Amino acid sequence: MKTFLLELLNNEVLVYTLMAIMPLIWVIPFALFAVWWERKISAHMQDRLGPMYTGGWHGWSQTIADIAKLIQKEDIIPTAADKKLFMLAPYVVFTGSYAAYAAIPFAASYVGSEINIGLFYIISISSLVVVGLLMAGWASNNKWSLFGALRSAAQIVSYEVPVALSLLAVVMVVGTFDLQEINHLQTGPVWNWLVFQKFPLLLFACLIYIVASLAEVNRTPFDLPEAESELVGGYHTEYGGMRFALLFLSEYANMFAVSAIAVSLFFGGWNSPFGDFLSGHWLLDLFWFLSKGMALIFVQMWLRWTLPRLRVDQLMYVGWKVLVPFSFAIILGIGVWVLAAGQ
Amino acid sequence: MDTFDIVFYAFAAITVLSAFVVVFSRNIMYAAFSLLFTFCGVAGLYVLLQADFLAVTQILIYVGGILVLLLFGVMLTNKVVSVDIKTGTLHTIPAMILAAIVLGSLAAVFYATWSTTPDPVASTTTTTKAIGELLMTSFVLPFEVASVILLAALVGAALMARRTRKP
Repeated sequence: MKTFLLELLNNEVLVYTLMAIMPLIWVIPFALFAVWWERKISAHMQDRLGPMYTGGWHGWSQTIADIAKLIQKEDIIPTAADKKLFMLAPYVVFTGSYAAYAAIPFAASYVGSEINIGLFYIISISSLVVVGLLMAGWASNNKWSLFGALRSAAQIVSYEVPVALSLLAVVMVVGTFDLQEINHLQTGPVWNWLVFQKFPLLLFACLIYIVASLAEVNRTPFDLPEAESELVGGYHTEYGGMRFALLFLSEYANMFAVSAIAVSLFFGGWNSPFGDFLSGHWLLDLFWFLSKGMALIFVQMWLRWTLPRLRVDQLMYVGWKVLVPFSFAIILGIGVWVLAAGQ
Repeated sequence: MDTFDIVFYAFAAITVLSAFVVVFSRNIMYAAFSLLFTFCGVAGLYVLLQADFLAVTQILIYVGGILVLLLFGVMLTNKVVSVDIKTGTLHTIPAMILAAIVLGSLAAVFYATWSTTPDPVASTTTTTKAIGELLMTSFVLPFEVASVILLAALVGAALMARRTRKP
């Protein structure tokens, strides 16, 4: 991809800018349709129909209409809010969630940046989101916003530990941080996927990652930061119009980013599940990657409308006393296994 | 001036300007938040020095850990948020002596010619592996000492956070 663009345009700066913008082509339509999808899924799970009118077929363009409304809205900044930080915060949040896409391999021929510490980069850059959320919550000058932001930061900081540990288990098996290389290692039929390697240790690592990543993106059952029944809307209570849309966009971008990491590390990335069948072309790579990602997104939505919310102390209990010890046990097991196998 | 230079000066400007805000801002929250840009600018400079692992570690530890804890501390402390910080001049003469010493040593570092040996880490393509091997072989003692200190800090924090039980 990069070499092709370099030959075509013959300008490095332009090519890297294009490469950086490319994931937006997926993220924005994804966020638009995921909101509609989430509403439909929630509706069908509760024996309702959800949006049905806008656009004709099952209300498919409902979110597009919503976005058109949000763009037209007046940009309201509360008088008591800290104006500069209030305006800056949504951009910091979105920068954090979009920066992760730089290292996500969408296809064999496309990854934004070929850095050999891709996975480590993604783990660390997502911490920008925390700072952005704290900024939004504090600048709103509203007690619900502040509570939401504080809860969110505490939650993300605690759950970063099991996320990083479960990913470390995978890194110990493959011996590299390069996501593209990890994907190449999983080429072949389903049983080559890392989730089935070192059975059942990496399967447990995968489960720990999925549970902890739900907390990282503030999804139910860990959605305390925006618990509607107690905090109105959490850190985005005071936001409206385009800034609210940006916060929402980065939330959905985050959801896809954590699913994309799970897909790349555990479920074969852009590889076809049938070995050589239906693989090889970049369009097929993209198809497999995105459909696996969407399957995990569906799991996230499904859990959201199935499970009740945890209490704060339960949240901390699950994070520190259940997930962390288990991921240490997995790391120990994999270390012993790798050493015994003499790899 | 090629692209590399432009990027370098952009990162340098971000680092220096936000550091100025950290020092001179009267609002403690502005100071804390502009630290974010300082840390990110320094990480960018590390990337330009081809120390990618160091850059990512910088963001993970300073932005994800220290800055968040700092913001937490500021937000949870009662009435600190609205208090102006004093940025007046105090102890002018000792401060000037200290600043002159720092300036002199910086200038000495800047203009001295250093005898350098080829860096064992930078010469390889994957820095992570080389760093890991060095930490487990040549630098295992500092590594272990640092981890014991961190463990002690962790145990101390947990002890302080525990509710005091009645005997």
